[in-house]
Amino acid sequence: MFDTDSEAEISIVLGKYPAERKASAVMPLLYIAQRQMGRQTGSAWVPLPAMDEIARRLEMAAIRVYEVASFYTMYNTRPVGRYHLQVCTTTPCWLRGSDDVVSACQKATGISQFGQTSEDGLFTLTEVECLGACANAPILQVDDDSTKIWMAPAPKN
Amino acid sequence: MLEDKNRIFTNLYGQDDWRLAGARRRGDWNDTAAIIARGRDAIIAEMKASGLRGRGGAGFPTGLKWSFMPKGSDGRPHYLVINGDESEPGTCKDREVLRHEPHKLIESALIASFAMGAHASYIYIRGEFYREAEHLQAAIDEAYEAGLLGPNAAGSGWDFDFRIHRGAGAYICGEETALLESLEGKKGQPRMKPPFPAGVGLYGCPTTVNNVESIAVASTIMRRGAAWFAGLGRQNNAGTKLMAISGHVNTPCVFEEELGVPLKDIIEKHGGGVRGGWDNLLAVIPGGCSVPLLPKSICETVLMDYDSLRAERSGLGTACMIVMDKSTDIIKAIARFSRFFKHESCGQCTPCREGTGWMMRIMDRMVEGRADIEEIDLLEQVTRQVEGHTICALGDAAAWPIQGLIRHFRPEMEARIQQYKASHGGTGLIAVPAGVPVAAE
Repeated sequence: MFDTDSEAEISIVLGKYPAERKASAVMPLLYIAQRQMGRQTGSAWVPLPAMDEIARRLEMAAIRVYEVASFYTMYNTRPVGRYHLQVCTTTPCWLRGSDDVVSACQKATGISQFGQTSEDGLFTLTEVECLGACANAPILQVDDDSTKIWMAPAPKN
Repeated sequence: MLEDKNRIFTNLYGQDDWRLAGARRRGDWNDTAAIIARGRDAIIAEMKASGLRGRGGAGFPTGLKWSFMPKGSDGRPHYLVINGDESEPGTCKDREVLRHEPHKLIESALIASFAMGAHASYIYIRGEFYREAEHLQAAIDEAYEAGLLGPNAAGSGWDFDFRIHRGAGAYICGEETALLESLEGKKGQPRMKPPFPAGVGLYGCPTTVNNVESIAVASTIMRRGAAWFAGLGRQNNAGTKLMAISGHVNTPCVFEEELGVPLKDIIEKHGGGVRGGWDNLLAVIPGGCSVPLLPKSICETVLMDYDSLRAERSGLGTACMIVMDKSTDIIKAIARFSRFFKHESCGQCTPCREGTGWMMRIMDRMVEGRADIEEIDLLEQVTRQVEGHTICALGDAAAWPIQGLIRHFRPEMEARIQQYKASHGGTGLIAVPAGVPVAAE
């Protein structure tokens, strides 16, 4: 199920943790599965069979993997668009105009609410909490990479 | 104000090469073996003497924390775990260390691990820091290749492995025991203490968890001496600190500054002043969203250090301040934090799981003004019931911003309520007679 690229990454990851503590690798393996889905289908998410396979490899109960996948927000447990637009709207970004970023994203993609995917399947818009780059606010993260938004200066009345 | 010669992070802005060659030029990895040759006790004594307090927010003395690790080994390995799960809103200082000074961190981790008898160290980096983790991994690979990590690391005779573990978007994993749970491949739910991690931590082994910055300054303290570091800042608030300014200032940035400098000077010098001038300032949250805000009157005089801010019933936290000017809807700004905490509560303890949602709903009504004046007291009372009644400090962190708001901006909250009542002819809320059971919202 994992392709050769993923298998290569998995063997590096498993080398990081003591052999009897394989469960530690559950988070990196979920990332690997999500990236592989992105490569193969254009939608980076983790389907249930991938979680079951991870559970088998790490000798964990499947429910322990589901728990982890649903606890952390960066694992997509349902399909997302080709580009995952994640707008930070926590106060430091909000002070610097994240509302405008949200409406610009909505306008460009035709998405009306957070969590939706555009009709062409290209974009999913998600509201995220602080991305840890507040001095560069407002921040939009596309897939794995965070980008500072350069705002046009507000018109002077 | 900090002089250039006393700067620890000389490549904070990434103007110089962050790779090994550049780091060596700036003095990192210079005869690390000699530092380690001083021995465990000498290193810990030096750290204690430096007066370094934890840079992650709680301000616990770092040297003392290191000394809690068992002296000998009972067969269990020791671990150093570095907390790079920088998720506190407003905070973005460790990111610069990971991006631009990765070798300072790796070298310091070697020194710290040696001092604690650890042959392995993990750094937990928040998942969103994807490029930052890439930089650090590249630096680790360089260090292994140069013999600075691995067996006989840097010629010190100490075997040392350094590995990255990436988080996946959970604020709670910045709490040290939740971080350990996450590193073990579980949901990040904090553990009860005691036992403390120094006795039973990662994989049940003695572990110390330190913030990225607390570790990264260790190599410089060892080189320049505890007296130099203790000579900066103020009594009991020693040294330099990475700080950040975000929000309504002209030049938001991350910078290194001495502790104990007036907040106003910092905003004027590093932040380029408040947007629209100092008189346009409304309030400052001095150290990440968990600490209570300070109104302008206090900002005029307060010093940026642990004890001065404590005395104003706020805190230094991560020293990453959020500045708000007079155009800000302060109630909405704090209500957004309530939503943040509701989102990030791990759900383990009832007061926090239920309380954060309750506080968020009341705060959302406060933003509109659709509430009764007495509900402000009720809200305050509920924050007191959440605070201190949970396993970890997330409950406290959710309560404090609201308490700060009520303490300093109660008149604004009352005015908003009166305004709503005047324009809508009442709150539109149905009062339930006492004694009648009601289902949760």
